[in-house]
Amino acid sequence: MATLEVEALRKSFGGVQAVRGVSFAVQPGEMLALIGPNGAGKSTCFNMLNGQLRPDAGRVRLLGQDITGLAPRRVWRLGVGRTFQITATFGSMTVLENVQMALLSHHRRLGQLWTPVSRMDRAPAEALLARLGMAAQASRPCGILAYGDLKRVELAIALANEPKLLLMDEPTAGMAPQERVGLMALTAGIARERGIAVLFTEHDMDVVFSHADRILVLDRGALIAEGAPAAVRADPRVREVYLGSGATQGGH
Amino acid sequence: MENLVLQALSGLASASSLFLVAAGLTVIFGVSRIVNFAHGSFYMLGAYLAWTLVTTLPRGHLGFWGGVVAAALATGLIGLVVEVLLLRRIYRAPELFQLLATFGVVLIVQDLALLTWGAQDLLGPRAPGLRGGTEILGLRFPDYELFLIVVGPVVLGLLLLLFHRTRWGTLVRAATLDREMVGALGVNQRMLFTSVFFLGSVLAGLGGALQLPRESVNLHMDLSIITEAFVVVVVGGLGSLGGAALAALLIGELHAFGILVLPKITLVLVFLVMALVLVVRPHGLLGKAPGPAHGGAGSAEPVIGPAPRPLLWLGAAALATAVLLPLLAGDYALSVLTEFAIFVLFAASLHLIMGPGGMASFGHAAYFGLGAYGAALAAKWLAAPMLLGLAAAPFAAGLFGLLFGWFCVRLSGVYSAMLTLAFAQIAWSVAFQWVEVTGGDNGILGVWPDSWAAPKLVYYYLTLALCLGATLLLRRVIHAPFGFALRAQRDSALRAEAIGIDAFRTRWLAFALAAVMAGIAGGLFAYAKGSVFPTFLGIPRSVDALLMVLLGGVQTLSGPIIGALAYTGLQEQLVRLTDLWRLILGGIIVALVLFFPQGLAGAARARWEASRGDA
Ligand SMILES: Nc1ncnc2c1ncn2[C@@H]1O[C@H](COP(=O)(O)OP(=O)(O)O)[C@@H](O)[C@H]1O
Ligand SMILES: [Mg+2]
Repeated sequence: MATLEVEALRKSFGGVQAVRGVSFAVQPGEMLALIGPNGAGKSTCFNMLNGQLRPDAGRVRLLGQDITGLAPRRVWRLGVGRTFQITATFGSMTVLENVQMALLSHHRRLGQLWTPVSRMDRAPAEALLARLGMAAQASRPCGILAYGDLKRVELAIALANEPKLLLMDEPTAGMAPQERVGLMALTAGIARERGIAVLFTEHDMDVVFSHADRILVLDRGALIAEGAPAAVRADPRVREVYLGSGATQGGH
Repeated sequence: MENLVLQALSGLASASSLFLVAAGLTVIFGVSRIVNFAHGSFYMLGAYLAWTLVTTLPRGHLGFWGGVVAAALATGLIGLVVEVLLLRRIYRAPELFQLLATFGVVLIVQDLALLTWGAQDLLGPRAPGLRGGTEILGLRFPDYELFLIVVGPVVLGLLLLLFHRTRWGTLVRAATLDREMVGALGVNQRMLFTSVFFLGSVLAGLGGALQLPRESVNLHMDLSIITEAFVVVVVGGLGSLGGAALAALLIGELHAFGILVLPKITLVLVFLVMALVLVVRPHGLLGKAPGPAHGGAGSAEPVIGPAPRPLLWLGAAALATAVLLPLLAGDYALSVLTEFAIFVLFAASLHLIMGPGGMASFGHAAYFGLGAYGAALAAKWLAAPMLLGLAAAPFAAGLFGLLFGWFCVRLSGVYSAMLTLAFAQIAWSVAFQWVEVTGGDNGILGVWPDSWAAPKLVYYYLTLALCLGATLLLRRVIHAPFGFALRAQRDSALRAEAIGIDAFRTRWLAFALAAVMAGIAGGLFAYAKGSVFPTFLGIPRSVDALLMVLLGGVQTLSGPIIGALAYTGLQEQLVRLTDLWRLILGGIIVALVLFFPQGLAGAARARWEASRGDA
């Protein structure tokens, strides 16, 4: 069974049709890239998948269960982790504490009033950070972290949920090119090892073509191509709207 | 029927006066985002200045009307001075610090007014040409009230012209909508803020000056008007002039007819309406939701680490003092020390909401007072022994914390704070007006400890143990997952929700927990004093708690503890040493806001960390 199935998803803001009838599926262990120019509707799609936005129409199914319109915190409970295009972490906590919070939430221990956080879920949080190359930053406050490092913290937070589905909106923005490839290779490794379905957006075409198993191309809210990297690269429509514009790396 | 018409007219006159003050407050808030507690003081100054001018100038039209207008302008100048000397320096400070600073101004103005005009009520002359009345439906209605009814709409019209027909007005409206945009356009923001503050203060002064023929001028005008003006501004929607007009009308008429229909609960009525409006429309009648907050990790709050070593030593020393000193102390000193312990817990409970919770409460005294009344009512009506009374206190406070909190924590920022104020005022009104049960203004007397705890020393140790235990429990909670979840939703609502945190529930439970803790403090206070009064739930006590927390600093729990000790001690000493304690306290508050914006504990911590960094 597919981890995520999306059916005819639609969303408009006032007059702007941001997403117009998008359908696709992600399999366990698969790296699926969602690409398209700025304003194509990628982030809007992500926001509808984890419940941040309610779709105007369409269905979202996680492991066969309909999760359309569920609140983000319920979607998280069902095993979805996400990172944001504009990072959101807890600025008054250290990197380690941020990850501990995600672990504590995953273990449903956030209501506890007595034991200090410093003594809970410390080891697994440290292990997770070590895996993502963030061990040295563990005790630094998130409020003063470099942008690229914040992206890694977000990934650690998402992974702490032992997710079945990982949603990553521009996970490598703000990183040096070398770092980008490294992080996505790491993500792909973890995803395959644990059978996590990964949906990600990315502006760096090197990253996309070297790490995606499959690619979706979104243009003005509609899917215009879907398939293996080689096929998508060759698709004339894609070349026209996206690659042809010369923008292989752009803003966010 | 005729009576109703006259009542409606008199409601309109009140609405008009209320609108003048509220308009100034809302315009100032719209541009500067400052919740100006001192606005009521400007209103009072307007009245006092008008009294001086009108009684000094030659009688007649020129003397009276010239005096009123000059008083309004003079008030505007005073406002301008306050803006330039104080507020201009703290526009970037957190909302609550600005509030604290303006409250310092309130205290200073109170004593300056007392020094200048004395404590007695002053009666002004009536307005020349408007001394008589007019026959309406066979009943006489004062001409001056009719005049006031006209003033409100005229001022509204003039303001609308000003805002929509002049370049300055366009800038003001733009700044109200998006402050950063105006800054980016390179407009001279300083001049804009200063001129808006001048205009707002003129309106407050005019509102006060025009009261001269209606009521006596006294030193209580500031706080009584500011509460009403807050209600009007919040009900109308912060920053909305039209909303202020609409809300003034609503509140004015509510007052007029409330007295006819339900004289017993007029005080409650206004705040009930405010609570209702905010529940249905969280941004007031005509207010707009503020734009989305920028950034996700942007919280400037520092990480809470383990307590620095000097602080631990200091804490140990303080504890030793608290335990040993009383053995040598007399009864009076013991009473003072008992209060210290109680206020430490009271401040610590508010800190949970304000610090980790990121919410503001202008009405925390409600839970302190509900605790006190819970204990006193149990003692009076159930003849409960002291321990049962002390148990009833947190129970009552917690119950109402759950009820009121359910509404308050849904809103954010100033609206949430104003709703806490509304509920506190409702609780106060009930205590004040339900005479049969609460004794009204006379309070409930004879709430004494059981005989085993009657010696002051024993009661002190009991209080110390309970307050210390409760405060340490709060500390434990802040460091536990629940406290972290509370901070998480404050830091980033988006991320908190995305990792499964129910922000509403977390805030709600924290609010109720804070209420329980304040209730414990209130219960102990009732038995310490032997009586309870409506003032236990009044605004001044809520402000006391705010001051303690902000003086100490909101970042860590050491802040409110130090703040409570400093504030209670300072007030105690000042009241004993000088009649002008408000002036001095206000001056100290203003100085603290200007020079220690992180509070006392925050400043000490920063200094300690800096010194360690250099080494
Ligand atoms: N909250 C919103 N309100 C109004 N318009 C929005 C909102 N979010 C996105 N849009 C619009 O929807 C379109 C798609 O935006 P987005 O999903 O962010 O694109 P992408 O992530 O592909 O760059 C854009 O035209 C954008 O302006
Ligand atoms: Mg995007």
